[in-house]
Amino acid sequence: MQNTYTNPVYPYVTSDDFYAQSPTHHSVVIVGAGPAGMVLAIDLAIQGIPTVVLDDNNTVSVGSRAICFAKRTLEIMQRLGCGQRMVDKGVTWSHGKVFFKDKLIYDFNLLAEADHQLPAFINLQQYYFEEFLVDRAMEFDIIDLRWKSKVISVNSITHGNEIEVQTPDGNYHLSCDYLIAADGANSQVRSMLGLQSKGQVFQDRFLIADVLMKADFPTERWFWFDPPFHANQSALLHRQPDNVWRIDLQLGWDADPEYEKQEHVIRPRIQAMLGKDAEFDLEWASVYTFQCRKMDNFIHNRVIFVGDCAHQVSPFGARGANGALQSAENLVWKLARVIKGRAPTTLLDTYNIERQHGARENILNSTRATDFITPKNHISRVFRDETLRLAEHLPFARTLVNSGRLSLPCRYSDSPLNSDENYSQGNPVFNTILSVGTVAKDAPIQQTGSDDWLINYLGNQFTLMIKVSEVISNDLLLQLKPLSAIEDLSILVISDIALPESIDALATVVHDPKNLVTKRYDLQHESAYLFRPDQIITARWRQVSSEKIHTAIKKALGCELETAS
Amino acid sequence: MKLNTEPNFTDPDTFYATLTDLHRELESEQSTRVNARLILLLANHIGDLEVLKEALALAGEVE
Repeated sequence: MQNTYTNPVYPYVTSDDFYAQSPTHHSVVIVGAGPAGMVLAIDLAIQGIPTVVLDDNNTVSVGSRAICFAKRTLEIMQRLGCGQRMVDKGVTWSHGKVFFKDKLIYDFNLLAEADHQLPAFINLQQYYFEEFLVDRAMEFDIIDLRWKSKVISVNSITHGNEIEVQTPDGNYHLSCDYLIAADGANSQVRSMLGLQSKGQVFQDRFLIADVLMKADFPTERWFWFDPPFHANQSALLHRQPDNVWRIDLQLGWDADPEYEKQEHVIRPRIQAMLGKDAEFDLEWASVYTFQCRKMDNFIHNRVIFVGDCAHQVSPFGARGANGALQSAENLVWKLARVIKGRAPTTLLDTYNIERQHGARENILNSTRATDFITPKNHISRVFRDETLRLAEHLPFARTLVNSGRLSLPCRYSDSPLNSDENYSQGNPVFNTILSVGTVAKDAPIQQTGSDDWLINYLGNQFTLMIKVSEVISNDLLLQLKPLSAIEDLSILVISDIALPESIDALATVVHDPKNLVTKRYDLQHESAYLFRPDQIITARWRQVSSEKIHTAIKKALGCELETAS
Repeated sequence: MKLNTEPNFTDPDTFYATLTDLHRELESEQSTRVNARLILLLANHIGDLEVLKEALALAGEVE
């Protein structure tokens, strides 16, 4: 029934490893070519780490599945080289309406902060997202993408792994230092190792359907609580590219999935929702239940779990794929440095620490939305319904209405990799909502006369950003000189004044045309921020010294963890 | 404790009478709804999560 998209079929190619006498050894093998697996492979390739990616299928996602991609995801994709393609194809939206019973209660405009390169949110079918990732991955010679290759056994020992791969040609064995499982919510790697993802199954069923509209419909997110066309349940309507609309209908726990999936059952429900005159074609439908669960530890020996196999959330709040990408990005720079011998292996433990925190936050947010949408008892329903009734006239109540919040990037405020914040009389010396452990905030910049964005100058390696607004002191130049020799560090100077030419050999100099870098980071002359390769702020100072920066980089690489343990 | 549990009403008797009058003619289900609205309105007026949490904890101490 799908007409707007045809799934690509990627060729199975017999790997040389199939003919090898003994199992070929690889540094990193990734299981699963979904969003997490592909982001891992591309990001590792950018770090110069070759990977083998095994996927049991030979195409991208069947059905639209994840559709809401948040700004942080787009920033990660931009760094990986396919952000613009997503934005160009995706639907950027900011308006929404909330209905209760037969009434429109209020409409909203998310009004994202201006002067960022990327929008707060886009909607895009998961198959496009995956296709763009596969296209990008194929540009790297060091990504060995193997379709129709299913991992059927895993032997994990302390310092490596052996796996058996099933292909149309037959089976073969591989060994690897690191096995990254990105094989989804029903991870086979996880089951083969006897590991579990634990949590809560929600006693509810949802029909998810994509319909192709034949007439115009606004680019808004519409959410109904207890609508007349679907009493006691909820409904969601959301636009995707190609004039396709995502419909989510809550069915209740007693619904029979096989019955509900039939077109003659779905059509009248959707017709009632869209109005009797709406003409549409059904593109795709599925009935699902959802779970919020995670593994206790995302690392088992040298098997590392990323994405849905490690942590799974309900779809409300768009934290599944968006969370998976933050996990992938968090792991890659650490793993790359461990493999290259630049960081102790204990750095990998912080992937687990930081992303357990992220997963808990995502599960908390998505559980709260789910509980609002599906009240668990009588009094919860009373509170929910009265909140909605009050929300019609009183803006305060709208802050409580939760049909899924905007997915925001995780804050790693308590990460052991952070350097301490500096305080003056009990307050942080920087007056900004940013802190160590938060992700960089974008702002417009200018370099040699052309407009650009701050975010494009951060990432892949450590970046030291320094503001220079007065005559640059010899001392600062002396401090910067030895830093410019650090291979894994780039120096970015934010300055609107004339600087001595000698600075060009040490740093990239950019202007702050709207003064927004200065404002968003509360910069003064010689203020500095140190960003990790994943664009997370790890340290900041009013005045830098080469010693402080060396210490902060060592801390961010987990060197202190090694001595502590 | 940030929650003020010291006497603070400008007119306790009138408040109490108004509260019970509000419910006098209501069915139990309507009362439940009215109470829910009242809690939401007052909670927003207080706003401070710490105060609200202390009040919720105290209120939860039922036998």
